Amino acid sequence: MKERILLRVMKNIVGALFLLHVSSASAELSIEIIGAGEYQIPVAIVPFGGDGKLALTIRDVVVSDLLRSGLFRMIDTEGLFPRDPADVSYPDWQARGAEAIAIGSVAVQPNGRIEARFRLLDVVKQAELAGQAVSASEGQARAVGHRIADLIYEKLTGDKGVFSTRIAYVNREGPHFRLVVADSDGYNEQTVLSQNQPIMSPAWSPDGSHLAYVSFETGHAVVFIQSLYTNQRKLLAGFSGTNSAPAWSPDGKQLAVVLTRDGSSQIYLIRPDGSEVRRITFSGEIDTEPNFSPDGQYLLFISDRGGSPQVYRMPAKGGPAERMTFGEGANFSPRYSPDGKGFVYTHRVSGKFYIALQDFQTGQMELLTEGGWEKKPSFAPNGKLIMFASEARERGILATVSSDGRVKQRMFTRSGDAREPVWGP
Amino acid sequence: MKKLLISILLVNLLAACASQKPVEPEAAAPEPAPAPMVEAPAPAPAPVVEVDPLNDPNSLLAKRSTYYPFDVSVVQDADKPIVQAHAKYLSEHPGRKVRLEGNCDERGSNEYNLGLGNRRANGVKQMLLLGGAKASQIETVSYGEEKPRCTDHNEACWKQNRRTDIRY
Repeated sequence: MKERILLRVMKNIVGALFLLHVSSASAELSIEIIGAGEYQIPVAIVPFGGDGKLALTIRDVVVSDLLRSGLFRMIDTEGLFPRDPADVSYPDWQARGAEAIAIGSVAVQPNGRIEARFRLLDVVKQAELAGQAVSASEGQARAVGHRIADLIYEKLTGDKGVFSTRIAYVNREGPHFRLVVADSDGYNEQTVLSQNQPIMSPAWSPDGSHLAYVSFETGHAVVFIQSLYTNQRKLLAGFSGTNSAPAWSPDGKQLAVVLTRDGSSQIYLIRPDGSEVRRITFSGEIDTEPNFSPDGQYLLFISDRGGSPQVYRMPAKGGPAERMTFGEGANFSPRYSPDGKGFVYTHRVSGKFYIALQDFQTGQMELLTEGGWEKKPSFAPNGKLIMFASEARERGILATVSSDGRVKQRMFTRSGDAREPVWGP
Repeated sequence: MKKLLISILLVNLLAACASQKPVEPEAAAPEPAPAPMVEAPAPAPAPVVEVDPLNDPNSLLAKRSTYYPFDVSVVQDADKPIVQAHAKYLSEHPGRKVRLEGNCDERGSNEYNLGLGNRRANGVKQMLLLGGAKASQIETVSYGEEKPRCTDHNEACWKQNRRTDIRY
């Protein structure tokens, strides 16, 4: 076990040599990438033809997205500007070492919509891998870039891209709290709720239309559900005591919440309309941070029933719990991987917090980070990346690590401390 | 004013009783009694000056926080006299109410800490109840690690954040 950790740490040190700084155009946000995938696919993203300004933004987004994944290497495109497959001189690209090139053009339609047409070409086979038109409403050039990056990622790695997905997190500045939804690269930030009382534990509904979260606006912790389309919100759980830790079932038909209305923190099921409240844990200790398995059959949660906070698993309907984490230290905030085969969690040992990954079959814990103030991991929908809260330069930041631990990125949001990130659909 | 009237009434009543009692010979002079009695009520407001012990900076009641070791929620021996003093005060002042606010340091998940803060506040509540306070006088709330008094990552800071505040 120790050796594995040591190996991981050494890899990270080597990875740090590849430190890469992707500076943002708006200077509001900065992203640092540390490490690289074992093999990086050499790809050329040729500047698109058409509307010059839009083309630049889109290319910028595509390149940044692909680089952030750690799985791609950018091939210089200087002097070569094919717009059409017929213009592509494959030997030139082979000479530069590209395995794939993306070409295309972008235009603004009379109704203001942005339309980009792009093709992905296999340089070795000299064949088209993908061709698609991507359109978006006015001002959504970044969304177009993310869609194109997703398509390139999927074609070249075989996994679904997550560049078009969104994240939610809490921004804290002194006593001021904001619940924020943003693109997965941190851009396109939208404030969902802003107040001078704490906000905690945002949780996405499975269809991405709603957020459940904990707010202290009434003086104690209560759970709200808010629509991201209408901004309308309603109180889900406001019982006496503490109401917290909302988690949606995969079918969206119920949530698990933690209530102290009967004494200690225990897990309950509740319908999204607040009806049919049913208690499912009876430990009398602290049972919290429930998370549904992708098939909805089980819940992971933490409990200190064994003396220290550890991860347990139980049937989602209620029933006996089985302890999942053992050994030195304490464990928090478990979340299933999208394939249900394992889970990520926060591991605390010797005063440091790590992001850990565990496989159900082997029961082995693997540390994905070097340790520090690293908390609250959640998987990207494709299971390849994990987002978590970290700290750097005395600020709370968002960070991601690839599920193999090789590639990391740190996102510095505009101001304040970013906390409690959660990857949405 | 009411008090004053009652006092006068009482004094007069006593005077009346006193004047009824004597079955003594007429040698004793009966009349001097009433005059000084009317003056007597003047010192009556004195009890109002009595300080509410809650506001006495030298009282144990001036201490309004209990502190804890890491991941512990039972009231520590050093803090028990404080909680007991508040229990006594609440039992003697049934009109007073307290809000117990449980807080934690940042070394856990904030959801776990919400549970731990709840447990800390409940520990103080149980002790207040044992000391004679009524459940209806007590409200508990947990802030977990969300409202730290001190925000550095060190023990000097953490120990200030691991506490239950007793707020009237």
